[in-house]
Amino acid sequence: MIVQNIFFWVLALAMVLGAIGVVRSQNVVHAALYLVVVMAGAAAQYILLAAEFVAWVQVIIYIGAVIILFLFGIMLTRAPMGGDTKLDNDQRWPAAVVSVFLAGVLGALLIDAFGKKEIVISGAKGEQLLQVGKAGHLADSIFTAYVVPFEVVSILLLAALVGAVVIARRD
Amino acid sequence: MIASDPLLSHGIDLEVVLIVIAKTIVVFALLLVLVMFYIWFMRKVIADMQNRIGPNNAGPWGILQTLADGIKFFFKEQSIPDTADRWVFRLAPYLSVLPAFLAFSIIPIGGKVSIAGHQTYLQLADPPIGVLFLLMMSGVGLYGVMLAGWASGSKYPLLGAVRASAQLLSYEAAFGLSVVAVLLHSGTLSTRGIANAQAWTSWHSFVTDWYWSVAIVSFVIFVIAAVAETNHPPFDLVEAEQELVGGFHTEYTGIRFAIFFLAEFMNVITMSAIAVTLFLGGPSGPALGFLPQGGFVNLWIMPVFWFFLKLMVLLFGTVWLRASVPRLRYDQLMDLGWKWLIELSFLAVMVTAVVVVARDQGWDRWIAVPAAFGGALAILGLLRLCMPHRDETVSEVV
Repeated sequence: MIVQNIFFWVLALAMVLGAIGVVRSQNVVHAALYLVVVMAGAAAQYILLAAEFVAWVQVIIYIGAVIILFLFGIMLTRAPMGGDTKLDNDQRWPAAVVSVFLAGVLGALLIDAFGKKEIVISGAKGEQLLQVGKAGHLADSIFTAYVVPFEVVSILLLAALVGAVVIARRD
Repeated sequence: MIASDPLLSHGIDLEVVLIVIAKTIVVFALLLVLVMFYIWFMRKVIADMQNRIGPNNAGPWGILQTLADGIKFFFKEQSIPDTADRWVFRLAPYLSVLPAFLAFSIIPIGGKVSIAGHQTYLQLADPPIGVLFLLMMSGVGLYGVMLAGWASGSKYPLLGAVRASAQLLSYEAAFGLSVVAVLLHSGTLSTRGIANAQAWTSWHSFVTDWYWSVAIVSFVIFVIAAVAETNHPPFDLVEAEQELVGGFHTEYTGIRFAIFFLAEFMNVITMSAIAVTLFLGGPSGPALGFLPQGGFVNLWIMPVFWFFLKLMVLLFGTVWLRASVPRLRYDQLMDLGWKWLIELSFLAVMVTAVVVVARDQGWDRWIAVPAAFGGALAILGLLRLCMPHRDETVSEVV
């Protein structure tokens, strides 16, 4: 258990530093790269929770597609070389206050809800947890118990896609 | 639970750790030597195809040419442009070489052997969701090219990077979908499981299985998408010399430039090895009947031999492609990716699903499979009819 805790804190520290980098950076591309650190840290946390499938999907979707699209968009529109001071504005202190407040509320909620719960990853209970994290189990629950929400989400995404095309095409 | 290798299933002691380290070093060295050999092989074969001699000075038949080039690159000056983002500029070559290395680690190279009393596979790692790992690596590999183009701080590299990201994002979809058909057939995500699922039984079951009929379509889509994913000619718009000087690596010199080329050729080898694993049965093949089944030759040598034979055939194919097919135009590239490959691979997935369901439900496959193909062709025809036609002029060259 100790080893997992050490890794958790190391990863959590890297993620927090990366997240601060995202909002502190004066350069859009650097900010996107800091975001990669945060996403990779989240994937590593999933591995610590024995959810290997979710971890790889996190990397494929967020690092391999979403942030690549961010970078693609940045490079197509404007790719500032060097510092871009316009990224900073005078609302940084209100923003800092709001984010600290949000972090406090969410953290307090999480600690209140799960603070005393221990995640067992060894023995019979651990085996059960490993089964839950497997690809087959996830697929089963998505396509049986949660099939309606799954399809609704996919239709929502399709509608968003069509909407984007309609808005983008003026001819 | 990271791997289903029998080596790791009985607890981990020092010997097991040493075996894993030895395997890592062997795979690493093997890939480097393969790249060296492949570059020499490519130059020689293209030279033959073009009636030239090719490299012939360093070593017998010029086989040491790549090594000489590599050593030369180490001693060259490495310049960084004034406008470059220095940190990202230095980082980018490594970001492009690392995924190529990592993806090769889950390729099954040989059969199950025993080293120092431990049963193990001739394969560095066999994660239960290996195919997702492959897709992940091909997605992450894009960062090197994109960041190199952006960090160089000049126009041609940036254009190359934008082209690269558009191309790779477009073909990733077809690439992933063509793999889905294989997964439906084998029912597992582990690379060794997929290779084993293709093990030979008999001609009769091979023909009546009907998997080959869809697998051929998926294989063609996979090969085209993989060639595009590796920026290999005829899809090398990313570094089109006539248009972009060198594309994303224009500003790179010395060993950093060499690392980009190492990554590129390594990607070609890794992709070919993946194709061997997913579609050509990996290390399986006929054993030598006159030698004992469990003997050294049939356990160690023959699977490795079959793997490398298949790999060599595919690698020769890539060289052939490089020597003979002209580069695509940008709009042709996008048409092929979005209008043909993606819809064809969707249809292949549907037909494969019908074949799998027919197997599980015990339907008559002589009716089900042709019906599925007919349905797929009808859908394809309908889609073609509905698609707006655009005349063949260059209108969207980026």
